[in-house]
Amino acid sequence: MNGVPLAAYIGLGMFMFTTGVVGVVIRRNPIVVFMCIELMLNAVNLTFLTFARYQMATYKSQVHMEQSLMAGQMMVIFVMAVAAAEVAVGLGIIMAIYRLRDNVDIDEMNVLRG
Amino acid sequence: MGGVTVTPELLLFGGVAGAAALCAVGVVAFNNAIRSALCLVVNFFLLAFLYFTLNAEMMGITQVVVYTGAIMVLFLFVIMLLNLGGLKLVTEKFDYKRYAGILLGCGLFVVLGSQILPSLATIQARQLSPDLAKFGGPEAIGRTLFTSYVYPFEAVSVLLLVGIVGSILLAKRRL
Repeated sequence: MNGVPLAAYIGLGMFMFTTGVVGVVIRRNPIVVFMCIELMLNAVNLTFLTFARYQMATYKSQVHMEQSLMAGQMMVIFVMAVAAAEVAVGLGIIMAIYRLRDNVDIDEMNVLRG
Repeated sequence: MGGVTVTPELLLFGGVAGAAALCAVGVVAFNNAIRSALCLVVNFFLLAFLYFTLNAEMMGITQVVVYTGAIMVLFLFVIMLLNLGGLKLVTEKFDYKRYAGILLGCGLFVVLGSQILPSLATIQARQLSPDLAKFGGPEAIGRTLFTSYVYPFEAVSVLLLVGIVGSILLAKRRL
């Protein structure tokens, strides 16, 4: 969007990332912890797209501008794919732990073996 | 940020970004997991809108389809399957960890912000020429994905395959 400085988008991304970090640290429900990780990944996605759009301001040639625009979007695609795989496996692990222990408090999961 | 002029775009951005930040706080602050999940859905929708404002139309659509459509449905599914919506399973206790975490977050935000934001405050977006504006569309994304980024693409496909097999292995009672 024209008229919005780069710092505004980066500030939002930073705020979301920080919120995600705090959530991972203080929450005890593993599903909410996963949501906070998603929050952090999305903050990073926003930052990638913002830089892809804004760093063109320093480029002179058309090829560099195109590469800048595409590289950020490609990273976002890969982050989304990794996030999808991570959520599928992570929720599977939570289901397996719940089946084993009937309790999913993350502070009480301090051994790797069941 | 003395040199920033208030434009209609800035006001619109402020509204959307404020709502997104509020939803992000809601994800952490709500005790009920379902409320957290719904806050996250709203946050992802607002982020998709911001992607549109960054000329990344295809990414905005993918955000809605993949995140709010697939990943959040998976979250809600597991919450309801485990019946974690109520408060009886995981009670959030007030203890030193909570205050330490909030303090850590504030410190992180202040350190990052004071180092990064001042140098970026004056940078404005350049007006996109029409032939550059089409680089957010599906055609350009697909062309780049299958030419310059084909090896990462293949790696991601293997990763997703491993993820599928792994989650089936984890979630199944007996093979």
